[in-house]
Amino acid sequence: MSGTPLLSYAIWVPILAGLIVLATGSDRNAPLARMLALLGSLAGLLVTIPLYTGFDVTTPAMQFVELSPWIPRFNINYSLGVDGISMLFLILNSFITVIVVLAGWQVISSRVAQYNAAFLIMSGLLNGIFASLDAMLFYVFFEASLIPLYLIIGVWGGPRRVYAAFKFFLFTLMGSLLFLISLIYLFVQSGGSFSILDWHKMPIPMVAQMWIFLASLIAFAVKVPMWPVHTWLPDAHVEAPTGGSIVLAAIALKLGAYGFLRFSLPIAPDAAHELSGLMVALSLIAIVYIGLVALVQEDMKKLVAYSSIAHMGFVTLGFFMFGAPTEAGALGAGSVLGVEGALMQMVSHGFVAGAMFYCIGVMYDRVHSRKIADYGGVVNTMPKFAAFFMLFAMANAALPATSGFVGEFMIIMAAVKFNFWVGFTAATTLIVGAAYTLWMYKRVVFGAVANHHVAELTDINGREFLILALLAVCALGMGLYPLPFTEVMHSSVNELLRHIAVSKIL
Amino acid sequence: MTLAEMQFVPPDLRLAVAEIFLLAMTCLIMIVDLFVKDKKRTTTFVLTQLTLVGAIVATALTSTGQTFYTFNNMFVGDLMGDLLKELLYVTVMVVLFYSRAYVQARPDMAKGEFYTLTLFATLGMMVMISANHFLTIYIGIELLSLALYAMVALNRDSVASTEAAMKYFVLGALASGLLLYGMSMIYGATGTLDISAVAERLFDGQANKTILGFGIVFLVAGIGFKLGVVPFHMWIPDVYHGAPTAVTLFIGSAPKLAAFAIVIRMLVNGLIVASADWQAMLMILSVLSMAIGNFGAIAQTNLKRMLAYSAISHMGFMLLGLITGVIGGDARYAINAYSSSMFYVITYVLTSAGTFGMIMLLSRAGFESDEISDFAGLNKRSPWFAAMMMMMMFSMAGVPFFVGFFAKFSVLQAVVAAGYLWLAIAAVFFSLVGAYYYLRVVKVMYFEPPPANAHRIDATFDVKLLLSANGLAVAAIGIFPQTLMSLCAVALLRSL
Repeated sequence: MSGTPLLSYAIWVPILAGLIVLATGSDRNAPLARMLALLGSLAGLLVTIPLYTGFDVTTPAMQFVELSPWIPRFNINYSLGVDGISMLFLILNSFITVIVVLAGWQVISSRVAQYNAAFLIMSGLLNGIFASLDAMLFYVFFEASLIPLYLIIGVWGGPRRVYAAFKFFLFTLMGSLLFLISLIYLFVQSGGSFSILDWHKMPIPMVAQMWIFLASLIAFAVKVPMWPVHTWLPDAHVEAPTGGSIVLAAIALKLGAYGFLRFSLPIAPDAAHELSGLMVALSLIAIVYIGLVALVQEDMKKLVAYSSIAHMGFVTLGFFMFGAPTEAGALGAGSVLGVEGALMQMVSHGFVAGAMFYCIGVMYDRVHSRKIADYGGVVNTMPKFAAFFMLFAMANAALPATSGFVGEFMIIMAAVKFNFWVGFTAATTLIVGAAYTLWMYKRVVFGAVANHHVAELTDINGREFLILALLAVCALGMGLYPLPFTEVMHSSVNELLRHIAVSKIL
Repeated sequence: MTLAEMQFVPPDLRLAVAEIFLLAMTCLIMIVDLFVKDKKRTTTFVLTQLTLVGAIVATALTSTGQTFYTFNNMFVGDLMGDLLKELLYVTVMVVLFYSRAYVQARPDMAKGEFYTLTLFATLGMMVMISANHFLTIYIGIELLSLALYAMVALNRDSVASTEAAMKYFVLGALASGLLLYGMSMIYGATGTLDISAVAERLFDGQANKTILGFGIVFLVAGIGFKLGVVPFHMWIPDVYHGAPTAVTLFIGSAPKLAAFAIVIRMLVNGLIVASADWQAMLMILSVLSMAIGNFGAIAQTNLKRMLAYSAISHMGFMLLGLITGVIGGDARYAINAYSSSMFYVITYVLTSAGTFGMIMLLSRAGFESDEISDFAGLNKRSPWFAAMMMMMMFSMAGVPFFVGFFAKFSVLQAVVAAGYLWLAIAAVFFSLVGAYYYLRVVKVMYFEPPPANAHRIDATFDVKLLLSANGLAVAAIGIFPQTLMSLCAVALLRSL
């Protein structure tokens, strides 16, 4: 661990790049803005690489830590650090930012500088969320990241963009405001500390734990999103421009799940155990019910949005499968397999859902429709694209050897161990998920050429090929050789589960 | 009263140098203005600004950081007062810079009176801030109010302005009456109007509880009028809407600082022993203000009117900090609570000034630009100022990294520390409601195309610079709030 403040770079390099891009001003300088944005996003990715190469997989402790006082009046610190749980998301986020900048290269022609700047600034803010070890710092990044996405949906979105942008902002704000109160409550109870790691160690009575858990549940459940507070997501996805959908699916949804691991579980473990039945039930509803909802969608983006909710249901299921209590005073341990599977699912979903939205974007740019019925026989005119789309559709349906399989398989295994019927119910997704994804794929890609729009389609160009190839390498690589991903998580996950197996009630 | 107390003690004029200077200069400017031929009143404007600069220097030079009393304990000079006065001068200067072009474009308003009345109002606020006697407070309030009544009606051919001024005057006079009545009861209960002496008598338990209780009710009602909190808020929307925007800007910014000061002087310095009484009253006012302010703002299409309701809700939020100072007789958290309110007021004034400044930036002769729809497509017309306005709106909504977030945060932590969890939950619920209408302004600026008749923004360089600085300050203090926060805490620590 050198003295280089890598995490600060990961946060501020993209934000600074965003401000520089913003300074290029009007659309006359659009090529310059695009170039600078690409350079900025690449620089942002570059500074996160050493986080992986320099990461010590043997320790569950926080690494690359930085600490300096920020607001001493309330003992708020600029405190950064990553462990095996958060580190991968910084890299994933920075990678996705590069993809997003490339994805908007030709499509976005109005207010190019603002568009790219919004994504770069958001990238920095999102990195800040994953790297924060101070609850207020976390919260500030968490809230601030709403602003760029609100603007992205509202300015560059589809016809109902205003409605979607408001719904997105107000839903998320509603959740996080109660979370803020529980943070302040913890601050007061801990005698004036906002350090998340201090809170992990702090004993809290059961009633307070319940309230804290419920308040953070609302915040994170909205973000994940879990049934029944998921309704903003399909709207936001459908109306957002392609880049917005990619970031939303790949990163923003992970924030909620990450919040469970960083806040809810370690701070209120007793409440988590108490309410784990509820959480498992909500997750199963998301998996099964939302999966069925996805089946009947006529809009491709909506379909993938619902499939995202179902996939995130897997993630929350993986978190909350606690075994029976082992000894007096100790709570049942969660399952390593379940939590690691959930983390794998989160990373994989970042690649796969991002790629799915990009594929839909590629078609939308040409035909300007997201309706499944407007397509058919795309493979005849876009064979290269169809091949990529096939791969991602398979990954979305969790075909073995793709990244989607690893996480889902681990979670289902854990679920079967936990309770056969939970495992069984979760496993139905293998059928439903394959059904909605492949059925959509069949209707869009195969068959005779449906109309003159499809007949006039041109296959992907070099830039689009590059984006799809990059995502394909990630999705396949992770599916074939998941070890580099699981090994960094291992110590941290073990430590987390050991921690939440101990009651915090005094 | 003993003979020693009757003796004439020559006042220590040093504490009031700024006030005396301002008064003298205001009289001078009034006379000079008679000979100013220039329609634009540049001389008056420059002299007014120089007077305020002089006041800044005077207050800075005479500030000792200690608390001193003079004029037979009627007047106090302390760190909180000095800090609030400096902020007051700066706010008034900023207000005048923003207003200048607006006033010049309206021949009815472009008279020296705008400047002299502003200075008189400023003097009134200075007196309020430094008052250590109920009557001094009253004199300050009247000086401020009388100047404001006239300013609202400056545009005398406007029906809306005249109506607003009339309403303001009638309700304001009623409020002053209530305040005075409350003061007389305090006098009846304690036998003195000297705030320090009132505190002592109450501490010794010599006061008649019933009369004191009634007195506090009337005082709180009077303060409620001046702060503009529910149910004493009826004048706010009409006055904000009806007054010329330059005057709305003035009413919506600087007087909040003075109102905060008199709340601290009267309720905290004077009546802290009876805190259980007034805290309960203010709590009701606070929750009602947040509710009615936020829900009322949603329905507005006029930006000034929306900001009026938003002001009501913000003052309600600010009160939260004042009711959490003493809990069950325990004043441990008092500094924390009151300084969070002070921080809230200061940052609110900063943001509010910038917001009204934006309205005037977009207005021109014959066009007020005070409808929310007038901001349509601002991002296309001027991305820079759209960004400034966006930051101000997000700050008012309490979204980080802008200063409004830390203002709300510091008040909320005081509320939670005091154990009023339900109050904190109510406060964030109403903030969520509030976020909707601020977002709507952002929506109009960013998501909608500009109107066909959109006019180019032609402001002078100084206004553009100042407005940019104002917007950036909202972000900068949001990222580094520590200095201002601790300044508030230190000021209150020294003054209580």
